[in-house]
Amino acid sequence: MINTIIIAALLLGGAFFSLLAAIGIVRFPDFYTRMHAATKAPAFGILLLQTGAAIHFASIYAIGISLMVIVFIFLTAPVSSHAISRVAHLLKIEIWDKTSMDELASHQDYGKGKSSTDDTTTPKD
Amino acid sequence: MNAIVNIPEWVTLACMVMLALALLLSLFRLIKGPTMPDRIVALDLTAALCMGFAIIYAVDTNQERYLDITAIVALVIFIGTVAFATYLKKKYYD
Repeated sequence: MINTIIIAALLLGGAFFSLLAAIGIVRFPDFYTRMHAATKAPAFGILLLQTGAAIHFASIYAIGISLMVIVFIFLTAPVSSHAISRVAHLLKIEIWDKTSMDELASHQDYGKGKSSTDDTTTPKD
Repeated sequence: MNAIVNIPEWVTLACMVMLALALLLSLFRLIKGPTMPDRIVALDLTAALCMGFAIIYAVDTNQERYLDITAIVALVIFIGTVAFATYLKKKYYD
């Protein structure tokens, strides 16, 4: 009985956090805040959902898959969101006018890095 | 597997409804999104929601094999997002 309640709470919480991410991606004003909402909240939602599934099945197989996916999501979500936001900043996508600071734009040799044929020098960030 | 207790049907139904609503909202951003990175991020979110659907469906039908879907989708969408980012970066440096 208590098991069922825990699993139901985990599943509902995970679905709720995924819904929060979707609301954030619609409602936020510029790309960077949208990216912030759309990469952190679903990772936590997947964490909750996978934990619920692992408790529900309680087998080696389900726990292994769940742990693998959780670790992989939490390793890759920051990497992919960093890559996307860096490219968006390079492409000069508009920043919300109430943003108070943009440290990357004031860096001195920002954005004038390599050409695509020259792989020895990388742009400094 | 030891004596799996079924989750009440309204719980899985409510989760499905929430995830479907989230899918609709992210598809809205995928269609409307003013810039390319907006669409990439919306696609990323869509993949995460598909993983959620697979998990809820696995719990609903008591088939733990459906959890494989989440592993595959997590692997594929990471490569997809980084590939899109690399493509856009290449376009910037040209």
